[in-house]
Amino acid sequence: MGTYIPNTEAQRKAMLSAVGAECVEDLYAAVPREMLVEALDLPAGCSELEVRQKVTAMAAKNRVYATVLRGAGAYRHFIPAVVKSVVSREELVTAYTPYQAEVSQGILQSIFEYQTMICALTGMDVSNASVYDGSTAAAEALAMCRDRKRNKAYVSACADPQTIEVMRTYCFGSGMELETIPEKDGRTDLSAVTLGADAACVYIQQPNYYGNIEDARAIGEAAHAAGAKFIMGCNPIALAVLETPAACGADVAVGEAQPLGLDIAFGGPYLGFMAATKAMFRKLPGRIVGQTHDVDGQVGYVLTLTAREQHIRREKASSNICSNQALCAFTAGVYMTAMGAQGMRQAANLSLSKAHYFAGELEKAGLKRVHSGEFFHEFVTECKNPDKVLRRLDEAGILGGLPLGEDRILWCVTELVSREELDRAAAIIKEVC
Amino acid sequence: MKLIFEKGAPGQHLTLLPACDVPEVTLSNARTEPLDLPHVSETELTRHYTALAKRVHGVNDGFYPLGSCTMKYNPKINEDMANLPGFTQIHPLQGEETVQGCLEVLHESEKLLCEVTGMNAMTFQPAAGAHGEFTGLLLIKAYHTHRQDTGRTKIIVPDSAHGTNPASAVMAGYTVVNVPSSPDGCVDVEALRAAVGPDTAGLMLTNPNTVGIFDRNILEITRIVHDAGGLCYYDGANLNAVMGVVRPGDMGFDVIHLNLHKTFSTPHGGGGPGAGAVGCKEFLAQFLPGPMVAKDEKGYHFTVPAHSIGRVKNFCGNFAVVVRALTYVLTLGREGIPEAAKNAVLNANYMMKKLGEKYAMAYAGPCMHEFVMTLVDLKEATGVSAMDIAKGLLDHGIHPPTMYFPLIVHEALMIEPTETESQETMDEVCQVFLDLWDLAHENPQALHDAPTKTPVRRLDEVGAARNPVLRYNAG
Amino acid sequence: MNFPAELKYSKDHEWVKTIDETTVLVGITDFAQSELGDLVFINLPQPGDEVTAEESFCDVESVKAVSDVMSPCTGVVAEVNGELEDEPQMLNEDPYGAWIAKISDVTAFGELMTAQEYEAFIAK
Repeated sequence: MGTYIPNTEAQRKAMLSAVGAECVEDLYAAVPREMLVEALDLPAGCSELEVRQKVTAMAAKNRVYATVLRGAGAYRHFIPAVVKSVVSREELVTAYTPYQAEVSQGILQSIFEYQTMICALTGMDVSNASVYDGSTAAAEALAMCRDRKRNKAYVSACADPQTIEVMRTYCFGSGMELETIPEKDGRTDLSAVTLGADAACVYIQQPNYYGNIEDARAIGEAAHAAGAKFIMGCNPIALAVLETPAACGADVAVGEAQPLGLDIAFGGPYLGFMAATKAMFRKLPGRIVGQTHDVDGQVGYVLTLTAREQHIRREKASSNICSNQALCAFTAGVYMTAMGAQGMRQAANLSLSKAHYFAGELEKAGLKRVHSGEFFHEFVTECKNPDKVLRRLDEAGILGGLPLGEDRILWCVTELVSREELDRAAAIIKEVC
Repeated sequence: MKLIFEKGAPGQHLTLLPACDVPEVTLSNARTEPLDLPHVSETELTRHYTALAKRVHGVNDGFYPLGSCTMKYNPKINEDMANLPGFTQIHPLQGEETVQGCLEVLHESEKLLCEVTGMNAMTFQPAAGAHGEFTGLLLIKAYHTHRQDTGRTKIIVPDSAHGTNPASAVMAGYTVVNVPSSPDGCVDVEALRAAVGPDTAGLMLTNPNTVGIFDRNILEITRIVHDAGGLCYYDGANLNAVMGVVRPGDMGFDVIHLNLHKTFSTPHGGGGPGAGAVGCKEFLAQFLPGPMVAKDEKGYHFTVPAHSIGRVKNFCGNFAVVVRALTYVLTLGREGIPEAAKNAVLNANYMMKKLGEKYAMAYAGPCMHEFVMTLVDLKEATGVSAMDIAKGLLDHGIHPPTMYFPLIVHEALMIEPTETESQETMDEVCQVFLDLWDLAHENPQALHDAPTKTPVRRLDEVGAARNPVLRYNAG
Repeated sequence: MNFPAELKYSKDHEWVKTIDETTVLVGITDFAQSELGDLVFINLPQPGDEVTAEESFCDVESVKAVSDVMSPCTGVVAEVNGELEDEPQMLNEDPYGAWIAKISDVTAFGELMTAQEYEAFIAK
């Protein structure tokens, strides 16, 4: 069996005698005898080599695609080599939440820098240290906007369906009401609902699930006119070239920050970013790092505004979150540093331009775009036989777009896909359609 | 140390992406604000983050007895396995037939961890312990709702509980009833009996509890709650003491969460990502978040439970963390798992004994995997607080224990060595603790002034909170 | 410690200053601020809130704790001292100047003490 216990049998005996016990079982005297496990029904432990073989065999059963044209909430982007090298530093990987600030300055400063970069990207005033993922960030954002008189969230039907489902689950818990705002031509149709006096917030995704650019300013104005808060769920890469949530009047900006240097990794770990206006920042859940000084006047960083949180407020806390995705936030920070403004804009422009090129090629191949208007790096086309199209692409080592129902496909193109790959995919599709 | 924004110069950058090979497109509502991100060379970048890493104490840097957090060694094979391209490069929305390996990881992990805990089904969607608590409580809520038993609005929580317990209960729409602990740190059974009733939805408990004691009345406790019609939730924060020795399922718990980042050796990453797997008994499985993974003759596939509470997170949770935990469970196997628990308990008792020479224990031993000291007398005699001792440890390269928790013990220091520490390390650390005790009597000011050898000294938290500076502002 | 004679005091350590028959100013006492330590934030009530004697009507935060502030009377919040949001340290530095709320339409008071009685109360 494999073990990470350093003490030898002799040392254990010496320790037992020091504590005055005959055997380790004596220390479990409080456990009712009838409850003790005789033997777990588990495989025997094994050596590192055997484990490596077992787990590698599982990984080998997965299909890795050379070309990925699928997004829908998880995006494969270029990750600079320096990101992984820096992020694998053992000190960072093996540390816990920075409770002891004096020996956690590296983590705290990296979060402070991350918070600054998220503010730069979104234009918002304050960012927290991150939460679990984009969907939980969105669900927490709804809760931030709730008050005694306003208990209803209006959520765009053009948001990621998984995110909407997570919001619903959270609302099942809290008792907040959730109404979806219908879709029209792939965009949020706010005119289809009346925001009542109980409207706490309006949530839209930008670009939305279908890749389309929403008229965020107008929706924000309508939300505010009804006395509701305006929340935008944003793709952070798109923000390099798209007007910021702050410019659109958002009170809270959230999103899935996986595109900032994290592997798609079958869905996680990712991280959710959350940023707010100055007026709302005390309602942000989770960790926040602040700058201060030590007793010698040296600049340092601490977890701050902690009296908002569960360990102090307990049942009066507005959220139970007690951790952040620190290592993921660190990764996102290193990624944004490596890319810089220029690299971020380049990644966004390449994704945007290649997606438009591919949409054009698909149209020539017979797959017309379903919606009108502007889009970022995702778009929906018609497709009479999505299974057949996707199967043919699969045979060529290409993960095609995500089928939406029987006759549509949601495509995604990032900077990782070359023009040749796009041409090849379009040629295959032309053959099939 | 400078911030990354204060380094480099405008125009410095890495060369990462090629020129555009298709016609360029611009958006009509394009960004007009500047994008103020760092501008540094690759050399500068690497040096900056390496310098940051050096200002962090991780498990690899030294002893880390943070009670209730199980800071055990993080095996490197786990990292290797999680970083296999066959996992990292898999899109979460690929077809089932192309992700059989990922589904096998989830299915195997579920099977093995259900066996360890005495549960029948398990989801890996929750990303952390608190997220698991929330999920577990929603299962309880869905169960009562499904039975149209709508009067159950209260969750009972012991006063020694971690703050996430009551906070999670409120997020799940419940009101919290706090029950006091007995003088021995366990649940006051009579107080519990008085607290339950037709409005009881459930009880949240850790066992061993937050003071490191196994509650010998556990069967009676879970029976009282069940007899009142409530369900029992097990907070798995302290499972490391008992895994393979006794199972929460056999204690009478209906739903549990595990912290894969504590008990199952996945790294904490400075505060995340972790994973808060939620297991439950058969009768609750129909309410679990979907999708779950099932297996038939054709292989693995996704399935959504009949009365699912819905997703609590996108996709399948922190998948790569599950890969690490599975690697660990496969490594230890049926003998290694109880062996780890027993050595965790032995190590804690050994330290308790040695420190008991001078320090006062909040509760008599033997303890489970952790124990709580109370420094009230020391503070009265010398003015040196639990905080001062903690800061003194920092100057010796030792991460302090958990301070001021649980709230029911004053001047608390909670020590959890874990099974991966050697007798040699513990002897050295105990000697430092005992020396600090002497120092407290000889020169208390030295401890009020500690630490002096860390990258920064004690920080002004009041100033940070009164005048929050939460981001860098140039100029 | 300072306990102005013109004020009344509650056993929950709030002071009350009478403005007219049904209007009062409320704050926390010098004793309260010293027990609570450095305060870093106050969650003020909202004007229009109905408050009940001896029930919580706002809370104050230190770095390590949050504490309820109990209303010494039943009435309606007419005005709050917004300056405290930006400068919570005023609660420590000038507890009797740093009024928290003006409460009007007061219909009942909780148990209140004179300065002398309050001093004796906290000495216990």
